[in-house]
Amino acid sequence: MSDTFTLDGDEIPFESGQTVMQAALAAGHYVPHLCYHPEFRPHGSCKVCTVKVNGRFATSCTLPAQAGLNVESNIDEVNAIRRTLVQMLFAEGNHFCPTCEKSGNCVLQALGYDLGVMTAGFRHLFPDRPVDASHPDILLDFNRCILCELCVRASCEVDGKCVFALAGRGITKHLIVNSESGRLVDTEVDLADKALSVCPVGVILVKRKGFAVPIGERRYDQSPISAQALADAPREPAAPAGRPCSSCEEGS
Amino acid sequence: MSEQVDLNAILDRHPRRPESLLQVLREVQEAAGGIPPGVDAEIAAALNVPLARVRGVAGFYSFLSLEPSGHYRVLFSDNITDRMLGNQELMQAMCGKLWLEPGRTSEDGLASVDFTSCTGMCDQGPAILVNGWAIPRMDGGRVDQVAELVLAQRPLAEWPRELFLVEDNVRRADVLLGHGLQPGDALRAAVARGADHQVEDAANSRSWREANVAAAQGPLATLEEIKRSNLRGRGGAGFTTGFKWEACRNAQGKGRYVVCNADEGEPGTFKDRVLLNSHADLVFEGMTVCAYVIGASQGFLYLRGEYRHLLEPLRETLARRRAVGLLGKSILGQAGFDFDIEIHLGAGAYVCGEESALIESLEGKRGIPRNRPPYPVSHGYLQQPTTVNNVETFCAAALIAVQGGDWYRAIGTAKSAGTKLLSVSGDCARPGIYEYPFGTPVRQVLEDCGAERTLAVQISGPSGICISADEFDRRIAFEDLPTAGAFMVFDNSRDMFEVARNFAQFFAHESCGFCTPCRVGTSMQKEIMDKIARGQGTKYDLDQLGQLDRVLQAASHCGLGHGACNPVLDTLKRFRPAYERRLKALTFQPAFDLDSALAEARRMTGRDDAGAHIRSES
Amino acid sequence: MSKLRVATTSLAGCFGCHTSFLDIDERLFDLLKLVEFDRTPLTDIKHCGPCDIGIVEGGICNAENVAVLREFRNNCKVLIAIGSCAVTGGLPAQRNHLDLGDCLSEVYLTEPGTSHGLIPNDPELPLPLDKVHPIHEVVKVDYFIPGCPPSGDAIWKFLTDLIAGRTPTLGHGLIKYD
Repeated sequence: MSDTFTLDGDEIPFESGQTVMQAALAAGHYVPHLCYHPEFRPHGSCKVCTVKVNGRFATSCTLPAQAGLNVESNIDEVNAIRRTLVQMLFAEGNHFCPTCEKSGNCVLQALGYDLGVMTAGFRHLFPDRPVDASHPDILLDFNRCILCELCVRASCEVDGKCVFALAGRGITKHLIVNSESGRLVDTEVDLADKALSVCPVGVILVKRKGFAVPIGERRYDQSPISAQALADAPREPAAPAGRPCSSCEEGS
Repeated sequence: MSEQVDLNAILDRHPRRPESLLQVLREVQEAAGGIPPGVDAEIAAALNVPLARVRGVAGFYSFLSLEPSGHYRVLFSDNITDRMLGNQELMQAMCGKLWLEPGRTSEDGLASVDFTSCTGMCDQGPAILVNGWAIPRMDGGRVDQVAELVLAQRPLAEWPRELFLVEDNVRRADVLLGHGLQPGDALRAAVARGADHQVEDAANSRSWREANVAAAQGPLATLEEIKRSNLRGRGGAGFTTGFKWEACRNAQGKGRYVVCNADEGEPGTFKDRVLLNSHADLVFEGMTVCAYVIGASQGFLYLRGEYRHLLEPLRETLARRRAVGLLGKSILGQAGFDFDIEIHLGAGAYVCGEESALIESLEGKRGIPRNRPPYPVSHGYLQQPTTVNNVETFCAAALIAVQGGDWYRAIGTAKSAGTKLLSVSGDCARPGIYEYPFGTPVRQVLEDCGAERTLAVQISGPSGICISADEFDRRIAFEDLPTAGAFMVFDNSRDMFEVARNFAQFFAHESCGFCTPCRVGTSMQKEIMDKIARGQGTKYDLDQLGQLDRVLQAASHCGLGHGACNPVLDTLKRFRPAYERRLKALTFQPAFDLDSALAEARRMTGRDDAGAHIRSES
Repeated sequence: MSKLRVATTSLAGCFGCHTSFLDIDERLFDLLKLVEFDRTPLTDIKHCGPCDIGIVEGGICNAENVAVLREFRNNCKVLIAIGSCAVTGGLPAQRNHLDLGDCLSEVYLTEPGTSHGLIPNDPELPLPLDKVHPIHEVVKVDYFIPGCPPSGDAIWKFLTDLIAGRTPTLGHGLIKYD
């Protein structure tokens, strides 16, 4: 008999070592999330997966599951916080969905739809973030970066290259690449890298591939992100290819 | 870059491991006034880390810069207490003397002048740092003097020593500041406790000391005294020290570590500076007692970069202790009692005061708080069991090792044993260090420090609580007003809105940026406070402050975010008129001036007709 | 029941949202049973009188936009931002990381063109603001309908909810940012 906790009144079984998020997804229950990815170590920075546990707020992607926890996720109080967090991300970066290649397949956008985000609410910061188009096959549009570190994690843990890293602090924090020139073309990046496929938003783009799927047929045109929870169920961790490094990511 | 840097000499002082990255960068910065182009890549190669990580770390800490920051980098401490003493005007005067703009390095690369977060000199402010070295008690004369020294390009080593003189200003001593102990007293007492103790728990014998039958029970007996004392952490959170040590001692690991948190960054706090200046032996003694109890062989003192001036004296103290057998191999002749302490210097990041961020920083990384659990007691430095305690906690532990737990718990209140050092600053006749038994009312402190017409006291810094006159009978104690020690006094001439705005600016500057709510929320809070200060605030802005607080409280990754809205909420609750009299209207107002937004277009077109202006509405 | 009075306008936008509004097709007749139009591009009324609902397309990029937006806010009980430009600044806001003076120099002075080396300064022309803003940064906005443009169905659903006194909700498929 495995242990269980409750999530919005449902019994969720879990195995030792699983987080609340992992157990919930494995049981087919969706908890909204952005920086969490089933193939990588939980990171816990976006805070969109915030839940209420025994009356206190907690980050479900990093919280170890324990028997008897009472987890509340789909309640107004929690969704209001998630909505504000998504609004903050929209206000922080330059998110122009109408011209973004990722539109329709973007996790941030899909979360906004699901949470009913109609406006960023806050003053838009309109930061100046030049794109890096130096690489012949890959474009980096930092305007859309939400600092989830999935590319950092994938490049270090799976590709063994540490192509991406974070610099700056606070509101000036930003993504950089690992080369003396600071340009992507001078890094070890390769089209086959795992890091290129994990961006939840439209920062890392393969050139000449934009708008391949017509509007209406894109991932989140078809059904809301909450209805695609099982696709996010825990998978085997991605296999390390090169020299594994786990020390570039933050707060590990 | 005006100076060449001997990178190899710096690298040779450190193990060529990734953990040395921050210390190497700090020394390069000190030697060259920045991380010169190309040197970052050499460091990356030498320490075997990606270049992007070198740049990521350099960009995280305020005192490191990848851009040249001038041969002389002058930083004005910008705590509210510095502001109350006129730091803004002095900074302007300094910029005038040096012919430069705030925050910009002069064309010739000679100097830059900027603000920095509180440098821990609140009792003798306004204070500055010149290339990391503290100069307190700034006034017009000192501004002239410093500017002349800079313009004459006199090396810092040749500047008059009295400029750098930092006072202790101890105003009230109790059992801790009046300890009277000699180096080694606490350690000898701890070891001696083993002799008259019966063997009681073989299950705990994994610690190396227990292999030495003669002294088998010293660590356990000392741990027992620490637990009996009810000592709680002095950094503010108040976790029971004995339980922490016990958990660390019992955790599985390849090695254990003792870390002293001397990253005293909470604005308004400066008691650790005094302890490290005048009671360094007691601090190291407490760390060594801890090592003895938990079975650690390596310790670190994480010293905030602002206390750079204490580095060499502290290293001398460590050398003296090694020379007399109080550090190193077989301490006090006890076989297997091996322990040494290394000093790591911070580089300007308040968040590193959070213990897991401090450990990340010790490992040479960006100071980002870790996800917890697991906690440092089981997964700390290099993922090994680590005890992190405040400077004052280690001092108290050393006292307890000598005097015993019962003696200590008899001081203070039932829930708050012992004494507390307060760093008193602001509007009072005698700012400085005051040591009181826990349970002392705020009113008593105010009387003793000579505060008059007091409007408010900020207890425990911006992360703490702001109380008003009707609360001055509240007591300094974990069960009432828990505090890391800051005690900032504001009299009735002060504007509590400006106090809160200073703190909001502080949090926005110091947010590490890891989690969304704190990274974005602290900046939004600062913007709203600045908007209200400009006279453009409305009721909607007050509502939005409340909304930010709810999200930061609920969803932030660490205490910095959880408490980042406290100063605004506390002052809104207690001093609401200070906000309301600034509000422009009850109706919505933009955060920017619409007519000013046309200025550039007017300049480019040469127009100044009525249509070239937007009148303000309300 | 008297009809609700509705005004609409397009500021720094492309009129795409208005075009999409017309995509409610024959439902326009149903709508006209419930509302009457004040200032809109459909009626060609030049200034907005007292209204129940104001619908604003486009962001705020110049002095005239500010004046029109204020007219709407001062006359409309409920103000709705419609479309990406009104809600986020949209495409015009992509100039926000550029210096306005540099933009004007580049367009009128540096590059070849028809301006004869002069930046137009006719008082009839509204002066551009240094940055483009979503309308909620200039006035209080009550509701937002994102989309570039929002579909006719989204606009219909939103307005019928609002007119019926329900909190407007769009739901999956109707709420779009692109």
